[in-house]
Amino acid sequence: MPWLTAHWLKQTTTEKFVEMPFIPHTPAEVAAMLEIIGAPDLDALFDEIPADLIGLPDAALPVALNEMEITRLMHDRAVQDGRWLNFIGAGGYEHHIPAAVWQIVTRGEYYSAYTPYQAEASQGSLQLIYEYQTMMASLTGLDVSNASMYDGASALAEAVLMAVRAHKLSTRVLIPKTVSPIYRATVKTIVAYQGIEVVELPYDPVTGTTPVPQNEDVFAALVIPQPNFFGQLEDVDGLTDWAHARGAKVIALVNPMTLGVLKPPGQWGMRDVSGVQGGADIATGEGQPLGAPLSSGGPWYGFLTCRTVLVRQMPGRLVGRTRDADGHAGYTLTLQAREQHIRRAKATSNICSNQGLVIAASTVFMSLLGPEGLRRVASACHANTRALTTALTALPGVRRLFSGNSFHESVVQLDRPVAQVLQGLMQAGILGGYDLSQDYPELGHALLLCATETKTVADLTRYTEQLAGILSVGQTA
Amino acid sequence: MKLIFEHSVAGRRAVAQMPRRLDSLDDLPEHLLRRDEPLLPQASELDVVRHYTQLSQRNFSIDTHFYPLGSCTMKYNPRACNSLAMLPGFLDRHPFAPAVTGQGYLTSLYELQQILIEVTGMAAVSLAPMAGAQGEFAGVAMIRAWHDSRGDTARTEIIVPDAAHGTNPATAAMCGYTVREIPTDAQGNVDLDALKKVVGPQTAGLMLTNPSTLGVFEQQIQAIASIVHHAGGLLYYDGANLNAILGWVKPGDMGFDVIHINLHKTFATPHGGGGPGSGPVAVSERLVPFLPLPRVGGESGHYRMLDERDCPRSIGRLSGNHGNGGVLLRAYIYARMLGGEGLRRVARYATLNANYLMARLQQTGFDLAFPKRRASHEFIITLKRLKDQTGISAMDFAKRLLDYGFHAPTTYFPMLVPECLLIEPTETESKATLDAFVDAMIAIAQEAQAQPELVKTAPHTLPVRRLDDVRAAREPDLVWSVGRECAVR
Ligand SMILES: Cc1ncc(COP(=O)(O)O)c(C=O)c1O
Repeated sequence: MPWLTAHWLKQTTTEKFVEMPFIPHTPAEVAAMLEIIGAPDLDALFDEIPADLIGLPDAALPVALNEMEITRLMHDRAVQDGRWLNFIGAGGYEHHIPAAVWQIVTRGEYYSAYTPYQAEASQGSLQLIYEYQTMMASLTGLDVSNASMYDGASALAEAVLMAVRAHKLSTRVLIPKTVSPIYRATVKTIVAYQGIEVVELPYDPVTGTTPVPQNEDVFAALVIPQPNFFGQLEDVDGLTDWAHARGAKVIALVNPMTLGVLKPPGQWGMRDVSGVQGGADIATGEGQPLGAPLSSGGPWYGFLTCRTVLVRQMPGRLVGRTRDADGHAGYTLTLQAREQHIRRAKATSNICSNQGLVIAASTVFMSLLGPEGLRRVASACHANTRALTTALTALPGVRRLFSGNSFHESVVQLDRPVAQVLQGLMQAGILGGYDLSQDYPELGHALLLCATETKTVADLTRYTEQLAGILSVGQTA
Repeated sequence: MKLIFEHSVAGRRAVAQMPRRLDSLDDLPEHLLRRDEPLLPQASELDVVRHYTQLSQRNFSIDTHFYPLGSCTMKYNPRACNSLAMLPGFLDRHPFAPAVTGQGYLTSLYELQQILIEVTGMAAVSLAPMAGAQGEFAGVAMIRAWHDSRGDTARTEIIVPDAAHGTNPATAAMCGYTVREIPTDAQGNVDLDALKKVVGPQTAGLMLTNPSTLGVFEQQIQAIASIVHHAGGLLYYDGANLNAILGWVKPGDMGFDVIHINLHKTFATPHGGGGPGSGPVAVSERLVPFLPLPRVGGESGHYRMLDERDCPRSIGRLSGNHGNGGVLLRAYIYARMLGGEGLRRVARYATLNANYLMARLQQTGFDLAFPKRRASHEFIITLKRLKDQTGISAMDFAKRLLDYGFHAPTTYFPMLVPECLLIEPTETESKATLDAFVDAMIAIAQEAQAQPELVKTAPHTLPVRRLDDVRAAREPDLVWSVGRECAVR
């Protein structure tokens, strides 16, 4: 390791009382405390630990840096990571985050509190979570929301487990190939040991969407992504009605940013008048677009909403409004009989800590944007991606891969390997998108791109010109 | 306090924060579009900032109050860890951006891996799990993968002491195992005879926290390890209490095969009102191939995320990306600010503070759950005697502490000690704070005798009085809707 080690070792034999980062004790206080304890020295406090387990100071660990030194180091590293013009989406989206969002939630009162076990001393976090639950339930068109899961992919796995518990008769779950390959991989890891069979559904190579399947054995749930991993809009109504007609649950996997303008999962289906109840039963997805920075992938959060009848199958924390001894409204953790600290081996999940601070950011974010802001962001993303796709597909050697509607990502096919093109774009400071050819080799040289509201006309032009330059080399006329 | 929705006025917008106009969606079919308006506030930036600032003032937190919540290690979260992890170069990076664009980030994570390997004495680590419970899941899944890889599929049970945290049995169940609970003896150690009775060819492993959730060091750990290993099982270390022994005792040396570390405890990353946490898993040599993905590999200047192609026997992915990256950066910064010496000092002073507080409370008449034992970084008092005398429960006592300006310790966990308070002061609190806490404890004990009603109806000085949990569960009110009555206070 490139860090300084050894020299501090010399000092550890005699206890040093000065210069202890974040430990306030003075020598006089330590002496007074030891006297109350009745211990001769600090070593004595470890006298119940078998002596052969106590190790020597570790020479391989670095020396301490003070705040100025670590600031220098981290600034250098952050600058090294640079600034890029980013057109990658594929599950994480670059959006403008209002300045107020992280300034508020990094206040110590939010940042350094924990799970609101003592409700009366945590009304701030609790009311905020209640507001969050209200916003997410409304956004997804469902009845209730929990207080977050770790991220979108793991939340999808929990939604699958939840649907299987609720269905009771089948442990088969259908997941279209238009769900992110990484999400599918995550689901497989997390549900692997509970006897669940994950069946992947093929997509239509023309539209890049999931056709309503013809025949299927009994299954517990169908996952419907909207928009799907290719950015394409699925026939959510047809798929929902099809699954419901077969007695299965529908799990909507949605990007919450798009729900300002796209039909919410709770309203999917119902075109069929044969008495089938419409609307997805569970909605889940990645909350990152609502106020979490990309941050190399985390911390983000998974949201999970559902119909009231399923609430007892929900994993994770739930906040409810109740009354205090004077009859005034107040908030508290509730329906805890689902959770690990009460039910232990029979809990709905092992989740304990969740992504509290990130949903706090999301709540402030949604409050600032409101319905109009959300609509504008979503529509700007749609318009930008549309404009970029149009401009790029006007270049020789680039064509749009799928027909049908896409939202704020689209797939283009190139005349040469994507990796090579992306490399070229990087020379110009551009991250040109996500290379699909590894996960979907059948699509050829396919590139998934995304232009959010953060991109200007000049940015789109820059991308187009650079790509034109790269493709002009070696092109046969 | 009003809800944010009650500040909403139709047509009000925080326009500076949003795009200038609504773009056309005319290429999209009508039936895929939203017709109704989601219930989000329509408010100005000031409305929102004031509301959430005022709400924050209704929270206890480490920055505002002593927060001795046992098993949670509520130590000070250094501010530099936050501001440096939020530098634009880190925040703006997309997880799928090529590794060359993230060498600053990846270098930090790689070095954090090295630091964690050192302090745990394990062979390798994965930073992927997003909290302790997910680390547990990864750990038990690896135990299973290891047995499966040897064709040893008859192992169906995980042994868990009765004092274990709820995530331990819940995790074992998620991994398809049956949970066997074993009792604790009078001194807070695992009952070895009971262990010997349940261990066998069906044992996949044992999950243990050491120091345990009872606030004492499990002295027979080497014997336990040998019993479990002898039966062919593996040993899981729940690292929630690593703060107590950091830099002094390495879980690897105690015989553990796999451990998780709660970075939001021992490495001072924020608890954030519930999370995000981070729960890296570290393993001994034989489990390395099974570690969850991704992991940071490569070498200086060329670090990258290892994936399925590098590690084909991995248990797989636990999330869409790489765990809680920003939390990992904060933990790394903390570790660098402490250095090897400072990390080792953590355990020593956390233990000093716990033993001092324990001694003072005992000397003022409180009953310790394990009076013959040293405290680790935390300890338990039981209020059973007080309850029998006065009817004041641990819950009442905890609520009254809030009136005195202290967050309550953990109550009613572990469940085997009646009317318990699990108290963890951490190393970052001063003697003066601990003394003030003792004064409050004494005062409340006196109130319990002289004015029991005052304690039973506490808290009296907080934004709300005691809340009705039964009503909350019986008539769940989980979302607000327009037209509902307003919050009164
Ligand atoms: C002993 C113990 N084990 C496991 C956990 C679970 O950790 P997390 O909340 O990070 O999932 C906790 C903390 O909450 C704990 O105290």
